[in-house]
Amino acid sequence: MTLVTTPNLTDADGFYAALLAAHKGRTEAESHALNAQLVLILANHIGDEAVLREALELAKA
Amino acid sequence: MPYDYRPYAYVPPPGLTAPEPRHKVVIVGAGPIGLAMALELANHGIPSVVADDNNVVSVGSRAICWSKRSLEILDRLGVAQRAVEKGVTWKVGRTFHREAEVFNFDLLPEDGHQMPAFVNLQQYYVEEYLIERAAAEPLIDLRFRNKVVSVSQGGDHAVAEIETPDGPYRLEAEYLIACDGARSSIRGMMGLDFDGELFEERFLIADIEMQGDFPSERWFWFEPTFHPGQSALLHKQPDNIYRIDLQLGWDADPEVEKTPERVIPRIEKVVGHGDFRLDWVSVYTFQCRRLRRFVHDRVIFVGDSAHVVSPFGARGGNGGLQDVDALGWRLAALLQGRAGTKVLDDFNAERVHGTDENILNSTRATRFMTPDDGVERLFRDQVLALAAKAPFARGMVNSGRLSKPCVYPLGNAPDDAGLPEVSRPGAVAPDAPLGNGWLLPSLAGKVTLLALGCAAPTVPGTTPLAPEVTDTLRARYLGSAERALYLIRPDQVVAARWADPAAADVAGEIAKLWRQA
Repeated sequence: MTLVTTPNLTDADGFYAALLAAHKGRTEAESHALNAQLVLILANHIGDEAVLREALELAKA
Repeated sequence: MPYDYRPYAYVPPPGLTAPEPRHKVVIVGAGPIGLAMALELANHGIPSVVADDNNVVSVGSRAICWSKRSLEILDRLGVAQRAVEKGVTWKVGRTFHREAEVFNFDLLPEDGHQMPAFVNLQQYYVEEYLIERAAAEPLIDLRFRNKVVSVSQGGDHAVAEIETPDGPYRLEAEYLIACDGARSSIRGMMGLDFDGELFEERFLIADIEMQGDFPSERWFWFEPTFHPGQSALLHKQPDNIYRIDLQLGWDADPEVEKTPERVIPRIEKVVGHGDFRLDWVSVYTFQCRRLRRFVHDRVIFVGDSAHVVSPFGARGGNGGLQDVDALGWRLAALLQGRAGTKVLDDFNAERVHGTDENILNSTRATRFMTPDDGVERLFRDQVLALAAKAPFARGMVNSGRLSKPCVYPLGNAPDDAGLPEVSRPGAVAPDAPLGNGWLLPSLAGKVTLLALGCAAPTVPGTTPLAPEVTDTLRARYLGSAERALYLIRPDQVVAARWADPAAADVAGEIAKLWRQA
């Protein structure tokens, strides 16, 4: 498997809104904590180390 | 009762009155690694002189967690039974975040092994047992209060200048093995330095004697209420001694923190009362570093003199014993003319590999336990938070990954993909019950051809072993295969294996083992 970089969410706007809603009312530190947990949860769900490496590279680029 | 430190006798060495003949091996340092090295060489028929600047065993418990592999090695040296009988056997570790248990591990979930996963035993006991064995071994010349003050090398030997209470003398040896610890003076004399990482963190280490009912487990806390914001570790030792490690932070003043006025209130908070006696206190920092090479012509570094790791994972003393394990049979064969000098390159490559694995694991654990401010701390704290609500995160909680022997990268060693992974070339042969005893002791100290489900061919330089195939042997050595032939090194490491014994070039593999050109 390789990292999906083309549109993959049926409702991208909906997810974006849900992401912002999850952060609403949080301090910056609390938001960082939430993001960190989200990264860990999603990474575990993906599981594929090659995909995760690609994702890390894309984010760092 | 506190340990009774009895000084060992200094005997004026013969070199004070007349030059000594060149020795086979001089070992510098009579700690657990130097003593084990001498006994291992003696097992292979090689005499050695062991020189130590001191005359008592380790002050303080220091290395306390002896791994299954170390016990198997100590068994060959004749002290494992005493260590197991005296020590506290354990295999379960529990990790807590604040009050809640977030992770636990069982290091030996299966039966059919002679040795337990871990035994906790103060280093001074292990040294005492090894000294007794060494003193009874005619091939070992143990010299206390013999301080090496300089080292030099000739083309085919090393020279040590030694100071004693009666003055100086000189020792020559074909090889000098530096087992003189993390602050190795030999390393300093040779101008060698460690590469690697130094952590800016301090831990208080305290041994206390108390009547307690803590189970025989390793307990680790992140941010416990009794020591807010830091981490803590509890280990049980024999004689009602408990080891407590407390993270102090980099700003702590080690001299102040070692005083009873500071230590006792901290310990009272951990154990919930003041009914204990302080046995030993120290403050340590840690590093994960190593020498680039362990073999420097006629001087060989073994144990902490070659590499140091943080203590979380018990990879210091145990790693050192694995160095001894990888060196003894090779150096003996080299000195007896049975092996080529390249066996020392093999030793170097294998133990650099093992050390890097230890350093990697220790570095990761240390980083998790003592994260830098900022994003390291953020992720560490969120892994702990997640561990309370999602199982996957529990495995990411890292309070130390405990010492296991590495699998040596044997590259082109004959192997068969159908055989079990656990006994692949490079791995320590897995133990199993054998008759009324165990498999591993019967593999020690010689090259063995272990034949399962077939007859062992007769090959010069090997000892055949063809036991009846039990369920355990089948599971660990055959899997679904009907037969297999294993070539096992004197350090009980699998060198090669074949599912088709008829196709085995055993003699070719043995030549590789001994580096016979």
